[in-house]
Amino acid sequence: MRRILHLPYDEEELLAIEAGDEVILEGTLYVGRDQVHRRLFDALGNGEDLPFPFHGNAIYYMGPSPALPGFPIGAAGPTTSARMDPFSPSLVKAGLRVMVGKGPRKEEVRQSIEECGGLYLQAYGGCGALYSSCIRSSSVIAYPELGPEALLCLSVSSFPTVCIIDPRGVPFTGRA
Amino acid sequence: MGQDRETLHRDALCVRDALIRASRVLPDDTEAAIASAAARGGKAESVVAAIRTNLQIAREKGMPMCQDTGAFWCLASIGRSADVRIGDVEKVIQEGAALAAEEGFFRRSIVSDPVRSRINTGTNLPVFISYEAVDGSDVELSFLLKGFGSENCSSVRMLNPTAGEDGVVAAVIEMLEAAGGKPCPPVFLGVGIGGTMDRAAFLSKKAFFRITDDETLSRRILDGANDLAIGPGGLGGFPTALGVSVQTEPTHIAGLPVALTVNCWAERKAAVRFRGGL
Repeated sequence: MRRILHLPYDEEELLAIEAGDEVILEGTLYVGRDQVHRRLFDALGNGEDLPFPFHGNAIYYMGPSPALPGFPIGAAGPTTSARMDPFSPSLVKAGLRVMVGKGPRKEEVRQSIEECGGLYLQAYGGCGALYSSCIRSSSVIAYPELGPEALLCLSVSSFPTVCIIDPRGVPFTGRA
Repeated sequence: MGQDRETLHRDALCVRDALIRASRVLPDDTEAAIASAAARGGKAESVVAAIRTNLQIAREKGMPMCQDTGAFWCLASIGRSADVRIGDVEKVIQEGAALAAEEGFFRRSIVSDPVRSRINTGTNLPVFISYEAVDGSDVELSFLLKGFGSENCSSVRMLNPTAGEDGVVAAVIEMLEAAGGKPCPPVFLGVGIGGTMDRAAFLSKKAFFRITDDETLSRRILDGANDLAIGPGGLGGFPTALGVSVQTEPTHIAGLPVALTVNCWAERKAAVRFRGGL
Protein backbone atom coordinates (compact mmCIF):
# COMPACT_ATOMS: atom_id res chain seq x y z
CA MET A 1 0.00 0.00 0.00
CA ARG A 2 1.13 3.54 -0.73
CA ARG A 3 1.21 5.92 2.26
CA ILE A 4 2.48 9.36 3.11
CA LEU A 5 4.43 10.11 6.28
CA HIS A 6 4.64 13.79 7.17
CA LEU A 7 7.70 14.76 9.18
CA PRO A 8 7.88 15.51 12.05
CA TYR A 9 5.45 12.60 12.32
CA ASP A 10 2.33 12.16 14.41
CA GLU A 11 1.69 8.83 16.09
CA GLU A 12 -1.41 7.95 14.17
CA GLU A 13 0.21 8.29 10.74
CA LEU A 14 3.30 6.41 11.92
CA LEU A 15 1.42 3.48 13.45
CA ALA A 16 -0.71 2.99 10.33
CA ILE A 17 2.36 1.96 8.31
CA GLU A 18 2.86 -1.75 7.61
CA ALA A 19 5.84 -3.76 6.41
CA GLY A 20 6.03 -3.70 2.61
CA ASP A 21 4.16 -0.38 2.26
CA GLU A 22 5.62 2.18 -0.12
CA VAL A 23 6.03 5.26 2.10
CA ILE A 24 6.44 8.76 0.70
CA LEU A 25 8.17 11.22 3.04
CA GLU A 26 7.19 14.90 3.21
CA GLY A 27 8.78 17.48 5.50
CA THR A 28 11.85 17.67 7.71
CA LEU A 29 14.43 14.90 7.60
CA TYR A 30 17.66 14.87 9.61
CA VAL A 31 20.77 13.28 8.12
CA GLY A 32 23.58 11.42 9.87
CA ARG A 33 25.79 8.43 9.17
CA ASP A 34 28.71 6.61 10.81
CA GLN A 35 30.53 9.36 12.72
CA VAL A 36 27.34 11.22 13.62
CA HIS A 37 25.98 7.99 15.13
CA ARG A 38 29.07 7.55 17.21
CA ARG A 39 28.76 11.13 18.47
CA LEU A 40 25.02 10.93 19.22
CA PHE A 41 25.62 7.64 21.02
CA ASP A 42 28.43 9.18 23.09
CA ALA A 43 26.33 12.31 23.81
CA LEU A 44 23.53 10.13 25.18
CA GLY A 45 25.98 8.16 27.30
CA ASN A 46 27.50 11.35 28.72
CA GLY A 47 24.15 13.01 29.29
CA GLU A 48 25.04 15.87 26.92
CA ASP A 49 22.59 18.02 24.94
CA LEU A 50 21.53 16.55 21.59
CA PRO A 51 21.93 18.65 18.43
CA PHE A 52 18.27 18.13 17.43
CA PRO A 53 15.13 16.82 19.15
CA PHE A 54 14.80 13.05 18.74
CA HIS A 55 11.06 12.84 19.43
CA GLY A 56 8.94 13.17 16.33
CA ASN A 57 11.90 13.21 13.98
CA ALA A 58 13.49 10.81 11.51
CA ILE A 59 17.14 10.22 10.61
CA TYR A 60 18.40 9.42 7.12
CA TYR A 61 21.71 7.57 6.67
CA MET A 62 23.35 9.60 3.92
CA GLY A 63 26.45 11.58 2.99
CA PRO A 64 25.85 13.76 -0.08
CA SER A 65 28.18 14.64 -2.92
CA PRO A 66 28.82 18.40 -3.33
CA ALA A 67 25.96 20.50 -4.69
CA LEU A 68 26.07 21.61 -8.31
CA PRO A 69 25.51 25.36 -8.81
CA GLY A 70 21.78 26.09 -8.55
CA PHE A 71 20.95 22.95 -6.55
CA PRO A 72 20.50 22.68 -2.75
CA ILE A 73 22.48 19.43 -2.56
CA GLY A 74 24.36 16.93 -4.72
CA ALA A 75 23.55 13.24 -5.14
CA ALA A 76 21.89 12.12 -1.92
CA GLY A 77 20.99 8.42 -1.83
CA PRO A 78 21.04 6.17 1.25
CA THR A 79 24.09 4.47 2.70
CA THR A 80 24.23 0.96 4.19
CA SER A 81 22.24 0.86 7.43
CA ALA A 82 24.04 -2.15 8.94
CA ARG A 83 26.97 0.05 9.99
CA MET A 84 24.63 2.02 12.25
CA ASP A 85 23.34 -1.16 13.95
CA PRO A 86 25.64 -0.96 17.01
CA PHE A 87 24.24 2.50 17.85
CA SER A 88 20.62 2.37 16.67
CA PRO A 89 18.92 0.49 19.56
CA SER A 90 20.14 3.12 22.06
CA LEU A 91 19.06 5.99 19.81
CA VAL A 92 15.64 4.40 19.15
CA LYS A 93 15.10 3.96 22.90
CA ALA A 94 16.06 7.62 23.40
CA GLY A 95 13.29 8.64 20.99
CA LEU A 96 14.90 8.63 17.53
CA ARG A 97 12.43 6.02 16.34
CA VAL A 98 12.26 6.52 12.57
CA MET A 99 15.25 5.53 10.42
CA VAL A 100 15.82 5.69 6.67
CA GLY A 101 18.66 3.80 5.01
CA LYS A 102 19.27 0.75 2.90
CA GLY A 103 19.83 -2.93 3.49
CA PRO A 104 19.22 -5.38 6.32
CA ARG A 105 19.33 -4.62 10.08
CA LYS A 106 20.42 -6.71 13.03
CA GLU A 107 17.81 -8.41 15.20
CA GLU A 108 18.63 -6.00 18.06
CA VAL A 109 17.48 -3.10 15.89
CA ARG A 110 14.23 -4.86 14.99
CA GLN A 111 13.60 -5.56 18.68
CA SER A 112 14.13 -1.92 19.64
CA ILE A 113 11.67 -0.89 16.91
CA GLU A 114 9.08 -3.34 18.21
CA GLU A 115 9.62 -2.19 21.77
CA CYS A 116 9.35 1.53 21.02
CA GLY A 117 6.94 1.60 18.06
CA GLY A 118 9.65 2.72 15.64
CA LEU A 119 10.02 2.41 11.89
CA TYR A 120 12.76 1.39 9.46
CA LEU A 121 12.37 2.57 5.90
CA GLN A 122 14.57 1.67 2.95
CA ALA A 123 15.37 4.23 0.30
CA TYR A 124 16.41 3.02 -3.17
CA GLY A 125 20.14 2.28 -3.00
CA GLY A 126 22.42 4.07 -5.43
CA CYS A 127 19.67 6.45 -6.54
CA GLY A 128 21.53 9.60 -5.51
CA ALA A 129 20.32 11.79 -8.36
CA LEU A 130 16.70 10.72 -7.82
CA TYR A 131 16.82 11.65 -4.11
CA SER A 132 18.61 14.90 -4.85
CA SER A 133 15.56 15.91 -6.86
CA CYS A 134 13.35 15.24 -3.76
CA ILE A 135 15.32 17.65 -1.56
CA ARG A 136 14.24 21.30 -1.43
CA SER A 137 16.79 22.60 1.04
CA SER A 138 19.73 21.41 3.09
CA SER A 139 21.61 22.94 5.99
CA VAL A 140 24.41 21.79 8.27
CA ILE A 141 23.22 21.85 11.88
CA ALA A 142 26.13 20.14 13.67
CA TYR A 143 29.60 18.64 13.26
CA PRO A 144 30.60 20.63 10.12
CA GLU A 145 34.15 19.33 10.58
CA LEU A 146 32.90 15.93 9.39
CA GLY A 147 32.57 17.29 5.84
CA PRO A 148 30.31 14.95 3.82
CA GLU A 149 29.42 13.18 7.08
CA ALA A 150 28.10 16.29 8.88
CA LEU A 151 24.67 16.33 10.54
CA LEU A 152 22.20 17.93 8.12
CA CYS A 153 18.60 19.06 8.20
CA LEU A 154 16.71 18.57 4.93
CA SER A 155 13.35 19.63 3.64
CA VAL A 156 12.07 16.77 1.47
CA SER A 157 9.13 16.24 -0.84
CA SER A 158 7.82 13.12 -2.63
CA PHE A 159 10.73 11.15 -1.14
CA PRO A 160 10.07 7.45 -1.92
CA THR A 161 10.86 4.62 0.52
CA VAL A 162 9.70 1.10 1.37
CA CYS A 163 8.80 0.01 4.91
CA ILE A 164 11.14 -2.80 5.94
CA ILE A 165 10.35 -2.94 9.67
CA ASP A 166 6.99 -1.57 10.80
CA PRO A 167 6.11 -0.14 14.24
CA ARG A 168 5.05 -3.59 15.47
CA GLY A 169 8.47 -4.97 14.57
CA VAL A 170 7.17 -6.92 11.57
CA PRO A 171 9.87 -7.21 8.88
CA PHE A 172 9.42 -7.17 5.11
CA THR A 173 11.65 -9.79 3.54
CA GLY A 174 10.30 -9.91 0.03
CA ARG A 175 10.49 -13.69 0.15
CA ALA A 176 7.31 -15.56 -0.60
CA MET B 1 62.46 10.40 -22.33
CA GLY B 2 59.51 12.00 -20.55
CA GLN B 3 56.76 14.03 -22.18
CA ASP B 4 56.49 17.79 -21.72
CA ARG B 5 54.13 19.16 -19.13
CA GLU B 6 51.59 20.41 -21.63
CA THR B 7 51.16 17.00 -23.23
CA LEU B 8 50.77 15.36 -19.86
CA HIS B 9 48.17 17.95 -18.85
CA ARG B 10 46.22 17.22 -22.05
CA ASP B 11 46.32 13.52 -21.22
CA ALA B 12 45.09 14.26 -17.70
CA LEU B 13 42.14 16.15 -19.17
CA CYS B 14 41.18 13.02 -21.13
CA VAL B 15 41.23 11.08 -17.86
CA ARG B 16 39.19 13.80 -16.15
CA ASP B 17 36.50 13.77 -18.84
CA ALA B 18 36.22 9.97 -18.81
CA LEU B 19 35.87 9.90 -15.02
CA ILE B 20 33.25 12.64 -14.88
CA ARG B 21 31.23 10.90 -17.56
CA ALA B 22 31.55 7.59 -15.69
CA SER B 23 30.02 9.15 -12.58
CA ARG B 24 26.93 10.23 -14.53
CA VAL B 25 26.38 7.71 -17.34
CA LEU B 26 26.79 3.93 -17.16
CA PRO B 27 28.72 2.02 -19.83
CA ASP B 28 26.44 0.87 -22.67
CA ASP B 29 26.50 -2.81 -21.72
CA THR B 30 25.74 -2.05 -18.06
CA GLU B 31 22.89 0.27 -18.95
CA ALA B 32 21.53 -2.31 -21.40
CA ALA B 33 21.60 -5.00 -18.71
CA ILE B 34 19.54 -2.77 -16.41
CA ALA B 35 17.21 -1.65 -19.18
CA SER B 36 16.43 -5.22 -20.23
CA ALA B 37 16.28 -6.75 -16.72
CA ALA B 38 12.98 -8.65 -16.40
CA ALA B 39 12.36 -7.50 -12.83
CA ARG B 40 9.81 -9.61 -10.94
CA GLY B 41 8.85 -10.59 -7.40
CA GLY B 42 9.42 -8.77 -4.12
CA LYS B 43 9.79 -5.04 -4.77
CA ALA B 44 11.87 -5.68 -7.89
CA GLU B 45 9.74 -3.64 -10.24
CA SER B 46 9.71 -0.55 -7.97
CA VAL B 47 13.45 -0.74 -7.33
CA VAL B 48 14.41 -1.18 -10.98
CA ALA B 49 12.02 1.61 -11.99
CA ALA B 50 13.71 3.91 -9.44
CA ILE B 51 17.13 2.97 -10.82
CA ARG B 52 16.05 3.78 -14.38
CA THR B 53 14.57 7.14 -13.29
CA ASN B 54 17.75 7.87 -11.36
CA LEU B 55 19.92 7.23 -14.41
CA GLN B 56 17.79 9.56 -16.46
CA ILE B 57 18.00 12.37 -13.86
CA ALA B 58 21.78 11.96 -13.50
CA ARG B 59 22.25 12.19 -17.25
CA GLU B 60 19.90 15.18 -17.68
CA LYS B 61 21.21 17.21 -14.75
CA GLY B 62 24.85 16.27 -15.20
CA MET B 63 24.94 15.03 -11.61
CA PRO B 64 26.66 11.95 -10.17
CA MET B 65 24.18 9.05 -10.22
CA CYS B 66 25.20 8.05 -6.68
CA GLN B 67 26.48 10.21 -3.83
CA ASP B 68 29.22 7.67 -3.23
CA THR B 69 31.28 8.60 -6.25
CA GLY B 70 33.68 6.02 -4.93
CA ALA B 71 37.35 5.45 -4.48
CA PHE B 72 39.39 5.86 -7.66
CA TRP B 73 40.79 2.46 -8.62
CA CYS B 74 43.06 2.27 -11.66
CA LEU B 75 44.77 -0.46 -13.61
CA ALA B 76 47.54 0.98 -15.77
CA SER B 77 48.30 -1.50 -18.55
CA ILE B 78 51.56 -0.40 -20.09
CA GLY B 79 52.70 -1.74 -23.46
CA ARG B 80 56.10 -3.38 -23.27
CA SER B 81 57.25 -1.25 -26.18
CA ALA B 82 55.43 1.94 -25.16
CA ASP B 83 57.58 5.07 -25.16
CA VAL B 84 56.65 6.22 -21.67
CA ARG B 85 57.94 6.92 -18.20
CA ILE B 86 56.00 5.25 -15.43
CA GLY B 87 56.25 8.43 -13.37
CA ASP B 88 54.39 10.27 -16.12
CA VAL B 89 51.67 7.62 -16.14
CA GLU B 90 51.22 8.09 -12.42
CA LYS B 91 51.14 11.87 -12.79
CA VAL B 92 48.45 11.74 -15.50
CA ILE B 93 46.30 9.39 -13.40
CA GLN B 94 46.52 11.44 -10.20
CA GLU B 95 46.05 14.79 -11.94
CA GLY B 96 43.13 13.56 -14.06
CA ALA B 97 41.40 12.11 -11.01
CA ALA B 98 41.97 15.25 -8.93
CA LEU B 99 40.41 17.38 -11.67
CA ALA B 100 37.46 15.00 -11.99
CA ALA B 101 36.75 15.14 -8.26
CA GLU B 102 36.88 18.93 -8.31
CA GLU B 103 35.05 19.68 -11.53
CA GLY B 104 32.66 16.71 -11.46
CA PHE B 105 31.38 17.50 -7.94
CA PHE B 106 32.54 14.16 -6.56
CA ARG B 107 32.15 13.46 -2.87
CA ARG B 108 35.46 13.45 -1.00
CA SER B 109 35.31 9.93 0.38
CA ILE B 110 38.94 9.17 1.18
CA VAL B 111 40.50 9.43 4.64
CA SER B 112 44.22 9.38 5.38
CA ASP B 113 44.85 7.26 8.47
CA PRO B 114 42.44 4.30 8.15
CA VAL B 115 42.55 3.28 11.83
CA ARG B 116 42.70 6.34 14.07
CA SER B 117 42.30 9.93 12.90
CA ARG B 118 40.42 9.16 9.65
CA ILE B 119 41.07 12.70 8.39
CA ASN B 120 39.52 13.35 4.99
CA THR B 121 42.20 14.00 2.35
CA GLY B 122 39.86 16.59 0.84
CA THR B 123 40.74 15.61 -2.71
CA ASN B 124 39.37 12.05 -3.03
CA LEU B 125 43.00 11.09 -3.69
CA PRO B 126 45.10 9.04 -3.77
CA VAL B 127 44.06 6.88 -6.70
CA PHE B 128 44.69 3.21 -5.88
CA ILE B 129 46.85 2.19 -8.84
CA SER B 130 48.09 -1.19 -10.04
CA TYR B 131 50.51 -1.49 -12.96
CA GLU B 132 50.92 -4.33 -15.41
CA ALA B 133 53.04 -4.88 -18.52
CA VAL B 134 51.11 -5.95 -21.61
CA ASP B 135 51.87 -6.62 -25.27
CA GLY B 136 52.02 -3.69 -27.68
CA SER B 137 52.93 -0.03 -27.42
CA ASP B 138 49.78 1.55 -25.94
CA VAL B 139 49.06 2.70 -22.43
CA GLU B 140 45.56 1.83 -21.28
CA LEU B 141 44.11 3.18 -18.05
CA SER B 142 41.10 1.29 -16.67
CA PHE B 143 39.24 3.04 -13.86
CA LEU B 144 36.59 1.98 -11.41
CA LEU B 145 34.70 4.52 -9.32
CA LYS B 146 34.39 2.00 -6.54
CA GLY B 147 31.56 2.57 -4.10
CA PHE B 148 32.13 1.09 -0.67
CA GLY B 149 28.66 -0.20 0.12
CA SER B 150 29.51 -2.96 -2.30
CA GLU B 151 33.26 -3.02 -1.65
CA ASN B 152 32.57 -3.88 2.01
CA CYS B 153 30.94 -7.07 0.71
CA SER B 154 34.02 -8.06 -1.32
CA SER B 155 36.26 -10.79 0.06
CA VAL B 156 38.92 -13.46 -0.53
CA ARG B 157 38.80 -17.15 0.35
CA MET B 158 41.75 -19.51 0.27
CA LEU B 159 40.16 -22.79 -0.84
CA ASN B 160 41.57 -26.28 -0.77
CA PRO B 161 43.31 -27.15 -4.05
CA THR B 162 40.84 -30.01 -4.50
CA ALA B 163 37.74 -27.79 -4.06
CA GLY B 164 37.24 -27.69 -7.83
CA GLU B 165 34.49 -25.97 -9.76
CA ASP B 166 31.77 -26.79 -7.21
CA GLY B 167 33.91 -25.40 -4.40
CA VAL B 168 34.56 -22.16 -6.26
CA VAL B 169 30.89 -21.64 -7.06
CA ALA B 170 29.86 -22.44 -3.46
CA ALA B 171 32.42 -20.02 -2.02
CA VAL B 172 31.29 -17.14 -4.22
CA ILE B 173 27.62 -17.78 -3.53
CA GLU B 174 28.30 -17.93 0.23
CA MET B 175 30.07 -14.56 0.09
CA LEU B 176 27.17 -13.08 -1.84
CA GLU B 177 24.58 -14.56 0.49
CA ALA B 178 26.37 -12.98 3.46
CA ALA B 179 26.23 -9.64 1.62
CA GLY B 180 22.45 -9.88 1.20
CA GLY B 181 20.88 -6.52 0.39
CA LYS B 182 23.88 -4.47 1.52
CA PRO B 183 25.75 -3.95 -1.80
CA CYS B 184 22.84 -2.37 -3.74
CA PRO B 185 21.75 -5.32 -5.86
CA PRO B 186 21.31 -6.17 -8.68
CA VAL B 187 25.07 -6.56 -8.59
CA PHE B 188 27.89 -7.14 -11.04
CA LEU B 189 30.50 -9.63 -9.87
CA GLY B 190 34.22 -9.81 -10.58
CA VAL B 191 35.81 -13.12 -9.64
CA GLY B 192 39.57 -13.61 -9.45
CA ILE B 193 40.93 -17.13 -9.19
CA GLY B 194 44.52 -18.29 -8.73
CA GLY B 195 47.82 -16.54 -8.11
CA THR B 196 48.38 -15.54 -4.49
CA MET B 197 45.82 -14.00 -2.11
CA ASP B 198 46.50 -10.47 -3.36
CA ARG B 199 46.64 -11.50 -7.03
CA ALA B 200 43.21 -13.13 -6.79
CA ALA B 201 41.88 -9.89 -5.29
CA PHE B 202 43.52 -7.85 -8.06
CA LEU B 203 42.09 -10.16 -10.75
CA SER B 204 38.61 -9.81 -9.26
CA LYS B 205 38.75 -6.09 -10.12
CA LYS B 206 40.50 -6.49 -13.48
CA ALA B 207 37.62 -8.83 -14.35
CA PHE B 208 35.30 -5.85 -14.80
CA PHE B 209 37.33 -4.84 -17.85
CA ARG B 210 37.83 -8.22 -19.49
CA ILE B 211 35.70 -10.87 -21.14
CA THR B 212 35.35 -13.79 -18.77
CA ASP B 213 38.06 -16.46 -18.82
CA ASP B 214 35.56 -19.15 -17.90
CA GLU B 215 32.08 -19.00 -19.40
CA THR B 216 30.89 -22.07 -17.48
CA LEU B 217 31.88 -20.67 -14.09
CA SER B 218 30.37 -17.29 -14.92
CA ARG B 219 27.08 -18.88 -15.86
CA ARG B 220 26.95 -21.11 -12.79
CA ILE B 221 27.73 -18.20 -10.45
CA LEU B 222 25.15 -15.96 -12.15
CA ASP B 223 22.46 -18.64 -11.84
CA GLY B 224 23.44 -19.38 -8.24
CA ALA B 225 23.30 -15.69 -7.37
CA ASN B 226 19.85 -15.29 -8.89
CA ASP B 227 18.64 -18.44 -7.11
CA LEU B 228 19.37 -16.62 -3.82
CA ALA B 229 16.50 -14.25 -4.73
CA ILE B 230 18.08 -11.43 -2.74
CA GLY B 231 16.56 -9.29 -5.47
CA PRO B 232 16.86 -5.62 -6.41
CA GLY B 233 17.48 -3.52 -3.30
CA GLY B 234 17.64 -6.77 -1.31
CA LEU B 235 13.84 -6.78 -1.29
CA GLY B 236 13.37 -10.16 -2.93
CA GLY B 237 12.67 -11.36 -6.45
CA PHE B 238 14.76 -11.19 -9.64
CA PRO B 239 17.43 -10.22 -10.61
CA THR B 240 20.06 -10.43 -7.86
CA ALA B 241 23.03 -10.29 -10.26
CA LEU B 242 23.31 -8.93 -13.79
CA GLY B 243 26.78 -10.04 -14.79
CA VAL B 244 29.73 -12.20 -13.75
CA SER B 245 33.25 -12.03 -15.15
CA VAL B 246 36.00 -14.45 -14.10
CA GLN B 247 39.76 -13.94 -14.44
CA THR B 248 42.15 -16.78 -13.72
CA GLU B 249 45.90 -17.30 -13.52
CA PRO B 250 48.28 -20.09 -12.41
CA THR B 251 48.59 -20.84 -8.72
CA HIS B 252 50.47 -23.00 -6.20
CA ILE B 253 49.89 -26.78 -5.86
CA ALA B 254 48.70 -26.25 -2.28
CA GLY B 255 46.09 -23.60 -2.91
CA LEU B 256 43.10 -22.24 -4.77
CA PRO B 257 42.63 -18.53 -3.98
CA VAL B 258 39.19 -17.17 -4.89
CA ALA B 259 38.38 -13.47 -4.62
CA LEU B 260 35.08 -11.74 -5.18
CA THR B 261 34.62 -8.06 -5.91
CA VAL B 262 31.00 -7.02 -5.58
CA ASN B 263 29.93 -4.03 -7.61
CA CYS B 264 26.56 -2.36 -7.12
CA TRP B 265 24.19 -1.91 -10.07
CA ALA B 266 25.98 1.43 -10.65
CA GLU B 267 28.96 -0.28 -12.24
CA ARG B 268 30.87 2.90 -12.98
CA LYS B 269 33.99 2.44 -15.02
CA ALA B 270 36.06 4.12 -17.68
CA ALA B 271 38.92 3.10 -19.94
CA VAL B 272 41.27 5.56 -21.62
CA ARG B 273 43.78 4.35 -24.22
CA PHE B 274 46.81 6.36 -25.28
CA ARG B 275 48.22 5.08 -28.58
CA GLY B 276 51.95 4.51 -28.50
CA GLY B 277 52.26 5.84 -24.95
CA LEU B 278 51.46 9.19 -23.35
